[in-house]
Amino acid sequence: MTTTTTAPRDRSIVRTQRRHAENAGRKMSAGAFTPRQLLSSIPDALRKLSPRHQMRNPVMFVVWVGSAVSTVFAITNPGVFSIVVTLWLWFTVLFANLAEAVAEGRGKAQADSLRRTKQEAVARRLTDSGEQRVPGTQLRIGDLVVVEVGEVIPGDGDVVEGIATVDESAITGESAPVIRESGGDRCAVTGGTTVLSDRIVVKITTKPGESFVDRMIALVEGASRQKTPNEIALTILLAVLTIIFLLAVVALQPMAMYSGSPQSVIVLTALLVCLIPTTIGALLSAIGIAGMDRLVQRNVLAMSGRAVEAAGDVDTLLLDKTGTITFGNRRATELIAVGTSTIRDLAEAARLSSLADGTPEGRSIIDLCVREHGLTAEASEAEKAAEFIPFTAQTRMSGIDLAGRQVRKGAAGAVLAWVTAHGGEVPGLVDHVVDRISQDGGTPLMCAEVTGGNPVVRGVIRLSDVVKPGMSERFDELRAMGIRTVMITGDNPLTARAIAAEAGVDDFLAEAKPEDKMALIRREQEGGKLVAMTGDGTNDAPALAQADVGVAMNTGTSAAKEAGNMVDLDSDPTKLIEIVEIGKQLLITRGALTTFSIANDLAKYFAILPAMFGAIYPGLAKLNVMHLATPTSAILSAVIFNALIIVLLIPLALRGVRYRPASASSLLRRNLLIYGVGGITAPFVGIWLIDLLIRLVPGIG
Amino acid sequence: MKSDTWAGLSQVALLLVALAVVYRPLGGYLAHVYTSARHWKVERLVYRLVRVDPDSEQRWSTYARGVLGFSFVSVVLLYLLQRLQTVLPLGLGRPEITPSVAFNTAVSFVTNTNWQSYVPETAFGHLVQMAGLTVQNFVSAAVGMAVAVAVIRGFVRAGTDRLGNVWVDITRGVIRVLLPLSLVFAVLLIGLGVVDSLSAGVAVTGIDGAQHTIALAPAASQEAIKELGTNGGGVFNANSAHPFENPNAWTNQVEIFLVLVIPVSLTRTFGLMVGDRRQGHAILSVMALLWGGMLAVIWWAEAHPNGPAALLAGAGMEGKETRFGVPSSALFADSTTGTSTGAVNAAHDSLSGLGGGGAMLNMLFSEISPGGVGTGIYSILVFAVVAVFLAGLMVGRTPEYLGKKLGRKEVTMASIAMLAMPTLVLVMAGIAVVLPATAGALTNFGAHGLSEVLYAYASTANNNGSAFAGITVTSDWFQSTLGVAMALGRFIPILAVLCLAGGLAVQKKVPLSAGTLPTSGPLFVSMVAGTVLLVAALTFVPALALGPIAEALS
Repeated sequence: MTTTTTAPRDRSIVRTQRRHAENAGRKMSAGAFTPRQLLSSIPDALRKLSPRHQMRNPVMFVVWVGSAVSTVFAITNPGVFSIVVTLWLWFTVLFANLAEAVAEGRGKAQADSLRRTKQEAVARRLTDSGEQRVPGTQLRIGDLVVVEVGEVIPGDGDVVEGIATVDESAITGESAPVIRESGGDRCAVTGGTTVLSDRIVVKITTKPGESFVDRMIALVEGASRQKTPNEIALTILLAVLTIIFLLAVVALQPMAMYSGSPQSVIVLTALLVCLIPTTIGALLSAIGIAGMDRLVQRNVLAMSGRAVEAAGDVDTLLLDKTGTITFGNRRATELIAVGTSTIRDLAEAARLSSLADGTPEGRSIIDLCVREHGLTAEASEAEKAAEFIPFTAQTRMSGIDLAGRQVRKGAAGAVLAWVTAHGGEVPGLVDHVVDRISQDGGTPLMCAEVTGGNPVVRGVIRLSDVVKPGMSERFDELRAMGIRTVMITGDNPLTARAIAAEAGVDDFLAEAKPEDKMALIRREQEGGKLVAMTGDGTNDAPALAQADVGVAMNTGTSAAKEAGNMVDLDSDPTKLIEIVEIGKQLLITRGALTTFSIANDLAKYFAILPAMFGAIYPGLAKLNVMHLATPTSAILSAVIFNALIIVLLIPLALRGVRYRPASASSLLRRNLLIYGVGGITAPFVGIWLIDLLIRLVPGIG
Repeated sequence: MKSDTWAGLSQVALLLVALAVVYRPLGGYLAHVYTSARHWKVERLVYRLVRVDPDSEQRWSTYARGVLGFSFVSVVLLYLLQRLQTVLPLGLGRPEITPSVAFNTAVSFVTNTNWQSYVPETAFGHLVQMAGLTVQNFVSAAVGMAVAVAVIRGFVRAGTDRLGNVWVDITRGVIRVLLPLSLVFAVLLIGLGVVDSLSAGVAVTGIDGAQHTIALAPAASQEAIKELGTNGGGVFNANSAHPFENPNAWTNQVEIFLVLVIPVSLTRTFGLMVGDRRQGHAILSVMALLWGGMLAVIWWAEAHPNGPAALLAGAGMEGKETRFGVPSSALFADSTTGTSTGAVNAAHDSLSGLGGGGAMLNMLFSEISPGGVGTGIYSILVFAVVAVFLAGLMVGRTPEYLGKKLGRKEVTMASIAMLAMPTLVLVMAGIAVVLPATAGALTNFGAHGLSEVLYAYASTANNNGSAFAGITVTSDWFQSTLGVAMALGRFIPILAVLCLAGGLAVQKKVPLSAGTLPTSGPLFVSMVAGTVLLVAALTFVPALALGPIAEALS
């Protein structure tokens, strides 16, 4: 990292910090729901009252028409009851708008902070004649631009020349800078991010207006939101239910006339609005927006709602071993002394040989010696003065030379050769230990020393791929959800099997080449399964495109990001599991609120039917189990409950129904109990309570 | 009273045992009939006659055209047969049939409804009865089974647009299933005392000295297919209450058994064909739950009537045969309305408010407890699809039923199939009650009058055919709207379910996993039953409140 001048860099750091603070704020406000949001969304909700907007939602459109019709009747035939009912019918429409407006409002805040990052960048375009300064909006695909320290990258592209650290906090919220270099899998840069050091040449790969940030803004604002397949199917079912209820209410009037008790239009409208599934109709789009929003909060950008839904349906997860299931690096996990050496001897030798070894493996050896053998991590003065022998590809070992003592560790063959060269003997057991470690999927490091001219093999250090803590529990959860995990690794089958067993994955693909991955995905899909995977390299792109859910890492190449249908800004492959959970939560929330909404109707019948026909058939009064005061108070209570329940459920719609990984049957049992049984009982209580209040209103009670 | 209850319970027990015994062999046999690749010689003859290749299979649309075309031709032939009765032989000198009666009857028998707006003893001669009505008793039942099997194939098959051959399915249903079973049970019924005679009747002198003609008919042979095919059209006006059709408790028991046996066994067929018998058990459990529930309601209501005369008699015996009593009448009423049979051994008009409401609700469930031959299973599968769609969302996956994803098309088709019947009943009953002529057609006013109208449309739109009988339906308005209700109530759902099946057959099969909603077991059973109850309740409660509910609560 070289910096030519300090000033711009300081500025950019300040800016980075400021942005980061904003991002932190953005996340908090998006996660929580406050009643204030309801108030601030009222103007938006009022704007949505236009019939054109309502037409898109068949259920709420019926309510809208009903409200309009009762307004006419309330004006021509005014009375306390008709006016209050009409008002509450309008509130029902308004509350539905409010739900949508609040959900969109949260996205808007995020979009605004993103827009601020999309400052008018000036691009330094390279032309045949040299450099030319043009606005970022005039860049075309294929243009080459130069970006230097402190400058904002004017558009999405690939680095074709140079290496630089880039501050991507504007997009990812992560303050640590990342390295971007030409060639390889770390060449992609995003418009709106800032170069913190050095100079790079970027080849622009997207048109202005279609850049990553633009798409992100469109996504969080919900501007490009399209109904997902399940949402469409549900909308059809809701529309059908609405038609049935419309028929039931329309056909009721002639029957009521026949029975000698024709009903007023206001009462019939009230009955209709109470019966049609307004609760889910009102909250459906808010649930969808909030689902996307939950992904954005976790720094995942889904390119379509369809992908989020598909995530809930995933049957097979392909997970890369390195970085996802295991820590990226191998770690020392065991010391095995051989020959006459004790474990203590080996630990001391191992520590010495690694004191100056800065590699993760070397550090992990020190850790092991400190943790399990009580040695100190710090080097003494004498040790500091010793000569460090670095690892080279030729020697294939590293170590330290102290006074009268040379310690080496490295590949078994190299160290054994070194010992033999010093005239030492090799204990017979060594080969066996080395082979066993290899078979278990580990890497053996041999440790030996020459003390006072006497060469001794101390033993073997086992380096293993360490499975991240908690992975096997997560895979158990996934299994309970019916999802199979397949580990992808370049390791040989032996090693792969050992790690797969330790991590608890269901299957593994060893010595995997990109085409093997592709073949695996195809095979799973042939069997009717949905496959999810993560990837970052260009050679992952075809597989990412083929997978039903392809999550590209933000650190990956443009090709990978283009091929996948989601991008993880944190570049954390384990997030795939969270994405699956969010997808499921989205569907569960829809199903639960639909069930709740329909189950609600039972209580409304008990409130409204005796009120309507108690006069001609006094026996029907027995159905008034809630003992509502008067027919008008009964009908009004049902209407008010119907409207208020929408507002009360907005937080649930935005947050999503609580989801814990479990089998389908236990999820179903739980949700049926809460939202089905709860949906039947809640309105009995709610309507009864509302009636207790409004019976006091003159003209109603 | 006590012994009456015990007798009733032992009848129910005997019925259940008989059904349990037949369930496996008949269900297995039906599965074999519709999956076997071999054709019988006599079937090949039929195929040669109608010029179809029995080994070619059809898309859903061709299959549906076959069903519609066959039914349309049947209606025309049956209409002509009735209209030409006076010039054709074997007319027994019976009078000319009016166009409206002929239309209504033709549609009624072709749609397996068997709603009768005529008095059989005096209306039809042997030719219409045997070449017309009886033929339709067989083929309309076979059409129902054919559609059911095509729908099941939709779930079973993957990656094909073929649902089978409609001509083969109908032919096999008649030749391999309905004919042999009817023959056996006709003989059994004759043995048990059911009349079977081609004589027009016997003349007798009554005790008042007046001359009467006691009509005779080939009752036993008609009775078997009338019940077995869930048809319900009797050869006597009093239907199964007539002592020549249903003389004693044993024939009564056999007739109830016949009504239930195919719809119940088809769940086994379904389970076998989809390769998981538990799926069939789950569907059967839903049917049994609803059938048992409604039996309890009707039985209790009839045993606890609230009129003064009934209280004096100890039970609501008005309109019931003393040789059957309350339990047998309730059992028959429940089974005939739960299947789309519509045969009656008691006057449903005389049922109490709750009892009549129960019988009506049993039809308004869309005839699925256990429903008509074939129609029962495809109708309940529609409810299963809707239930799975709602509940499936609650487990966080795109809903799947039997390995098929339920998306936009499936939900749309299931909705149409589900929506057709309530639309017909509510709209037509709504119009009927405000027509000035209706008041004249009803023998009752107020709540019971409304119940009579609702019952008529519920019965026809569901292809049940039983009548509340308190309503005179011979006006052109009733003849034609009831006819339309029967036709649309039959064919809209058939088109929708065949289209649904066509889409399902094309789909790949999704493998089961722990994340898939299990579609067998108590949870699923209560879910589907709950969906049926909820849909029926939500749709019809307002209307029922002014009819049977008002009656029951007054």
